[in-house]
Amino acid sequence: MNRLVDNARVVAALGRRSVRQTFRRPQLMAPIIIFPSLLLAVQTGGAGRAVDLPAFPEVNGFLDFMLAGAMIQSCMLAGNSGGIALAVDIEMGFTDRLLAAPISRFAIVLGRLAGTAALGAFSAVYYVAIGLIFGAQIEEGILGVLLMITFVTLAAVAFGGIGAAIALRSGSASVVQGLFPLVFVIMFLSSAFFPADLMLQPASAIADYNPISFIVEGVRDPVISTVTGEGAWQAFASILGIGVASLGLSSLALRHRLRTGG
Amino acid sequence: MAAIEVRGLEREFEGGIKAVCGVDLEVAEGEIYAFLGPNGAGKTTTVRMLTTLLRPTAGSASVAGYDVVSDAGRVREQIGVALQEAALDPLMTGRELILLQATLHRLSRADGKRRAEELLERVDLQDAADRRVGTYSGGMRRRLDLASALVHEPRVLFLDEPTTGLDPVSRKAIWSEVAHLNREGATVFLTTQYLEEADQLANRVGIIAGGLIVAEGTPAQLKAEVGRPHVEIAIHDGEVDRAREVVARLGKPLPPKDGLVLLELEGGATQIAPVVRALDEAGLTVESLDLVEPSLDDVFVAKTGRHLEADEAGAEEAGAAAEA
Repeated sequence: MNRLVDNARVVAALGRRSVRQTFRRPQLMAPIIIFPSLLLAVQTGGAGRAVDLPAFPEVNGFLDFMLAGAMIQSCMLAGNSGGIALAVDIEMGFTDRLLAAPISRFAIVLGRLAGTAALGAFSAVYYVAIGLIFGAQIEEGILGVLLMITFVTLAAVAFGGIGAAIALRSGSASVVQGLFPLVFVIMFLSSAFFPADLMLQPASAIADYNPISFIVEGVRDPVISTVTGEGAWQAFASILGIGVASLGLSSLALRHRLRTGG
Repeated sequence: MAAIEVRGLEREFEGGIKAVCGVDLEVAEGEIYAFLGPNGAGKTTTVRMLTTLLRPTAGSASVAGYDVVSDAGRVREQIGVALQEAALDPLMTGRELILLQATLHRLSRADGKRRAEELLERVDLQDAADRRVGTYSGGMRRRLDLASALVHEPRVLFLDEPTTGLDPVSRKAIWSEVAHLNREGATVFLTTQYLEEADQLANRVGIIAGGLIVAEGTPAQLKAEVGRPHVEIAIHDGEVDRAREVVARLGKPLPPKDGLVLLELEGGATQIAPVVRALDEAGLTVESLDLVEPSLDDVFVAKTGRHLEADEAGAEEAGAAAEA
């Protein structure tokens, strides 16, 4: 029990450090807030008439539709930023300091992910606030907001695991940074910014099966309609699937690093 | 029980590169042991294995009585580690770093705060404690690194090149702190490429080259192996031969160098007075007289055929060329 409490304290301390690091290094913070905010502003301002297209979901405004996409984009980039920060720690030798301490080795990864989770929650609250300020309506009210924050926080952990796995395997911040454009490709091949039904093939088919679409829909439902058990379950299952895979890969990458020393 | 015990330790990297090729050593409790060698000699790889950061590919090692592979967790509880180049997060403050280190070593929040205050005062960083590490000088970073390694009062302290790149004043401050820690009972294992550092600080020195220990002993023992101290006497022109005759009975004359009379003295500094008296009684004018002790570099040369500092210069030149 004591061991568990000690490890929880370590994870919390490393999580706090991770959050502070992000707020103190603008290049880690910018992708989480500035890029998705700009994209949200540009798309909402420029493509607002899209809501008039036949088969576009019924929404109060394009901003209501776009909020979920901005949140998931932000938490994917938070995961990427977390991976970059972990790779920087490896490059500068800070990880060795942690590895030489009597803590569970995986606590190093969990600490980083705890920080990413906190940033995910922060980003969800930020985008809800932005949405409300600019006239979005959240159909499911407070409970809907709480569900959105929960999904975005969990999704940040799942995406953070991917960044962590690549950071641990490569030990190079520039390699993790190279994933940045991939985030946009994955996002545009999902229903994050446009309904899958209105896309051309094969993008529409890819978006139908892209787990990001399920996550985005799970976050979007409380804003534009009502939460359904099926939608919420699909979102949760997608997050769980990505999370299990990414944490598994992180664990393997950490073992490889410990075995080979680099 | 030895604080550190190493038998046939080896580390081979991918591609068959062997960085450490069978190191044997023993460090007693309360000893300062210096691992002296040029870049690439295997010092850091050995430290990384002893601090459980790297698994040996052969051999065994125990630290504070625990095996570095099978009991790695216990080893980590007993050791403090300050790694090469002070791996500090430039975005953290000094105080945050020590508090984090205290949490990693399971100190309670209150104990962590108390220990942070003590250590920051000890390394004279109270005034800079709440500044980001990125604003610290090299010497301040090293002192902070040392303080963070001490947070849990470790039994064995590993310092990997603790003064590399520091100015002489900062270097002496670190030496003084290490000596102080040792007086308090800590066993210290340090790696260095500085002869003076090993000479000043260490109770025993292991000279490593090409992944192997080529000589080991106290600095005095190692120097004694390669020769005795000698005096270099500068005498007025034209009187050198007579001076050599006068002092010959007091020691072993060595071949003259640069017009100097060289005399090996078995008793070292204790024999200088008779030499000066003999020259004075013979009416010879001494312009200068220096006692020259064999250095660890002489030991390094005798064991490896190369100068340690020349190796370092070569490595730095190669590094500069690679960067260019």
